[in-house]
Amino acid sequence: MGESSYSRLKQAQYHELKMTKSYSLPTERWEQRFSEAQPLYTDREALGEAHRCLYCVDAPCIKACPTAIDIPTFIRKIAEGNLHGAAKTVLSANIFGYSCGRVCPDKVLCAASCVLKDYPKPPIEIARLHRYATESFLREGRRVFSPAPPTGKKIALVGAGPASLACAHELKLLGHEPSIFEKHHFPGGLNTMSIAPYKMQADDALLEAEYICNIGIEIRMGVEVGRDIDVKSLLQNYDAVFIGAGMGGDTKLQVAGEDGPGVIGALAWIEQIKTTKRPALNGNIQRAFVVGGGNTALDAARELLQLGVPHVTMVYRRTAQVMPGFRHELDAARREGMQLLEQAVITEIVRDGPRLKGARIRVVDEEIFMPADLIIMAIGQSIGREALSKFSGVELNSAGEVQVDPATGQTSNRRIHAGGDATPGIKLVVRAVADGKRAAQAMHRDLLQSAKGGK
Amino acid sequence: MVELSVNFAGIKSPNPFWLASGPPTNSGEQVMRAFDLGWGGAVWKTIGDPIVNVSSRLGAVDAGDFRMAGLNNIELISDRPLAENLREIAEVKKRFPERAVVVSLMMESKEDWREIIRRTEDTGCDGLELNFGCPHGMCERGMGSAVGQEPKIIREITAWAREFAKTPIIVKLTPNITDIIEPGRAAVEGGAHALSLINTIKSLTGVDLDKFVPYPVVGGRSTSGGLCGPAVKPIALHMVGTLAKDAHIGVPISAIGGISTWRDAAEFMAIGATTVQICTAVMHYGYRIIEGLIDGLSNYLEDRRMKSVSELIGRAVPALVDWGELDLNYRVVADINPDTCIGCQLCVVACDDGAHQCIYVAGAEVKRGHVAPRATEAAERLAANPKYRVPWVDETDCVGCNLCALICPVPDCITMKPIETDKPFESWNERIRKGTAVVPGGLHD
Repeated sequence: MGESSYSRLKQAQYHELKMTKSYSLPTERWEQRFSEAQPLYTDREALGEAHRCLYCVDAPCIKACPTAIDIPTFIRKIAEGNLHGAAKTVLSANIFGYSCGRVCPDKVLCAASCVLKDYPKPPIEIARLHRYATESFLREGRRVFSPAPPTGKKIALVGAGPASLACAHELKLLGHEPSIFEKHHFPGGLNTMSIAPYKMQADDALLEAEYICNIGIEIRMGVEVGRDIDVKSLLQNYDAVFIGAGMGGDTKLQVAGEDGPGVIGALAWIEQIKTTKRPALNGNIQRAFVVGGGNTALDAARELLQLGVPHVTMVYRRTAQVMPGFRHELDAARREGMQLLEQAVITEIVRDGPRLKGARIRVVDEEIFMPADLIIMAIGQSIGREALSKFSGVELNSAGEVQVDPATGQTSNRRIHAGGDATPGIKLVVRAVADGKRAAQAMHRDLLQSAKGGK
Repeated sequence: MVELSVNFAGIKSPNPFWLASGPPTNSGEQVMRAFDLGWGGAVWKTIGDPIVNVSSRLGAVDAGDFRMAGLNNIELISDRPLAENLREIAEVKKRFPERAVVVSLMMESKEDWREIIRRTEDTGCDGLELNFGCPHGMCERGMGSAVGQEPKIIREITAWAREFAKTPIIVKLTPNITDIIEPGRAAVEGGAHALSLINTIKSLTGVDLDKFVPYPVVGGRSTSGGLCGPAVKPIALHMVGTLAKDAHIGVPISAIGGISTWRDAAEFMAIGATTVQICTAVMHYGYRIIEGLIDGLSNYLEDRRMKSVSELIGRAVPALVDWGELDLNYRVVADINPDTCIGCQLCVVACDDGAHQCIYVAGAEVKRGHVAPRATEAAERLAANPKYRVPWVDETDCVGCNLCALICPVPDCITMKPIETDKPFESWNERIRKGTAVVPGGLHD
C-alpha cells in the first residue's frame, strides 16, 4: 500500500519540509481494509482511453473544469507517451491534479460535457487519466515549478486544506513567502481526513500535500488562529491573510438521546477510519443508520457496508429525487446493499441507560422504532461562524460563510482574501483549488500595487 | 448460393481466398489446418536452398489502440530442408486435391531453377510462384527484389521457368520500383501465366530511442525489412489497378497487400484481381478469419445480385482513369448534419489550418453574397443555447476537398453533396485537345 511510498518520501524529503510539528500516520488504519474503487490505470489502459479522446477544439471539458485544466492537451500527451508533459499540463493548471483525479466528480463536471456522450459513446474517463498522468510524477517527487525571486512579502494562510495549499503554492511561485496555520496535526484538510477510503487514503493525500509544500511552504501544525494566535497579530506581522479554514465540525440533529456512545458525526467517524489506529466497531455492529442525504452520508454508508456491517439504512428526510448526493453514488450504494428510508426523520434516539438501542423515526406520517447499534450523523458541516467571526472587518453572509468577490476572493477587509469551503459555493476540492489560485493572483496584484503606490 | 470458385490461369480454386507465401504456409501441418477451415488455396512459403534466419524478425506500427496496422519483417525464405518441404507439399495436395497448392520458389542459376521446378512439380502442385519480390536479405544475394527491380532479368528468368515448367507460372512482383507497369509487362513478355502483387515494401518501422537501434533489434543492430498489413493496402490497390488497366498485361492477377476482411478482398477483385492472398491478417488473428471472408463476400455478392464472384472481377477498372480524364466541372460541397454533430469542432480547425477556411462556428457572420444554408439555423440555436457548438459550411468557399468528412469522428455526419453546375463534362485532356488548357496567373502572365 501507499505507506511505503509515503515513508520513502518522508525519508528522502522530510528535511525540506518546513513544518513546525511533525506528524505520522498509524501503520494500521481501518481505511487500509478498503480496496480502491478505481485502481490506477495500467499503461495500456491509459493509452487506450487516451486514444479515444477526440482532441476537441475549444473543448467543452476545459470550460467545465473550475481550474480550466487543458484536458485535451494532457490526454494527447498521454497518448503520445509523454507522461511527464501530461503531468506538467495538469499540475500547472491545478496543483491538486492528483487528488482531483481521484476524488473529483468528473461525471458531473468535465466528463459530463464530453462531446462523446452525444455520439453516443461513454465520455472519456478524464479523472482517471488525471490520476494516471500525475501519480508517478508525484511518487518520484519530480519538480516542475520553481519560485520567482523573493518579493519579501509575507502572507499568512488559515488552514492547510486544498484552498490554502493551492493559494500558498501560487503565492510561492510568484515570489512571496506563505505561512500556513493549521489547527490539526495533518496537512491537507478534508483531503487527508475525510475522503472515502476507496477513493483515496490518507497517506496518498499526504504525499500530495508534501509534494506541494516542498516548493517551500511553511506550515505551523497544531496552531489554531483565534486560539493560539490572534487575528490582529496576523494582520500586523503579515502583508496579507488568506482564509481557507473550511467549515466547522459535524452538525448535530438536536434530538433527545443524541449525546452518548454509538452516535457520531460523519466527519469524526471518517477521520477515525482514516487517521487513527483501527478504532473499535465494538465487534458486532449489526444495524447502522446514516442520517442525511449528501455525498458524505453516501460515503459513510458505503464504508459501513464495506466494513461488513450487514444492515445499513440511510435515513433521509426528503425523497431520492431531490437528494443532494450524486445519483451515481446513490446507485452504487444501493447496489452494495444500502437501504434508503425516504421522508424519514429521527425524532428521538433511544437508549437503555447509556447503551444505544435505536431510534424513533417518523416516516411520512407514521412513527416507528428501529433498532440500531451505530448512528452516523451526516447532516452537514456546521459553518465555522464562530471561528470566522474573529476576522475583524470580514463580513459573513446569512449562512455564516465569508462573503467574497467571486473574481478575486477578496473579503470586505481588503487585506484578507478567502476561498474554499469557508466561502459560498459548491464544496469541492477542485473549486477550493480554483479559489486559492485565483485569490493568490489577486493578492499578488494588490501586493505589487501597494509596493508601488505605498499603503 | 453464390458461386465463389475461380479458375486462375488454369488453377482451380473453390474460393478466391489463398494464404500468401509466408509464416502461415511454412509447413504441411499448418496448411492442412487452414484447408480444414476452408481456405481455397495456399502459396507455400518460398523454398530454395535453405537459409539461416536471425532472431528478432518482426516490427510493427500501431494505429492508436489498433495493433499492428503495419507489419515489417526481416525473415528470409524457408529455413527447412527442401526434401521435407516437398514431401509435405505432396502430402497436402494428396489430401486436399480440390484446393489450389502453389509453391513459391527462389533460386539463382538457370540450372538451379530447372532442378527446383522439376522436383517441385513432382509433388503434384497446381502452380509455381516466382518470388521476385523479397526486399531484404535475399536481394543482397542477387535474388528476390534484386530480380524484381530489373525488368530484363524478370523477363529472362520467367522465360526459363516457362521453358522448364508444366504448371502455370505466377510472377510475384515487388513494389519497390518507380512504376509497376515495367516489371509487370516484363513478366508477361517472359511468358508469365499470371501476376501476383505486391510483395512487401522496404521499410523501417521505428527506432528504439533508448538504444538508438531501429526495430526489430537484432543484438545492437537492425536492418531494413519489408512492410505489409493494413497500412500497405492503398499502395497494393493502386498497383493492382494499374496493371489491370494496362492493355499489355492481359493475364489474371492475384492481389496481395493488407487484405484483412471480405470488403478488402472485394475491393481488390473489383479493381481487377481474380484471387486474393492473405498473410498478415492470419498472423494477427489466425486461419479462422476465413469464415468471415467467405461469408461476407457471399452475402455481399448475393445482396448485389451477382451469381458468381467472376461478375465482380474488374468492375471498378473502367472508372480508374488518369487525372487528365476527370471532370473539371463536377463539384461537391461539405454539409454538416446538425442532428448527428457532437460539436468536437475538429472540422473547424482542420479546414482553417489544413484546407480552405470555409467552416465557421455558430454565430459567425456569413460573407456577403455567399451561400451558407445552415448558418441561420446555427445562429438561432446558439442564441437559444450558448453551449451550441455545431459549425456550418460556407458553400461558396468550399472546394469539396473531403478533409472535414474524413476527419469527422461521427460516421456520415459530414457528407459531400454534389452541386448542380449546369456545365457539361470537361476534362483537362479535353482542354489540351481544344487548346484551352491555360490557367491565368502563371509564370508567363
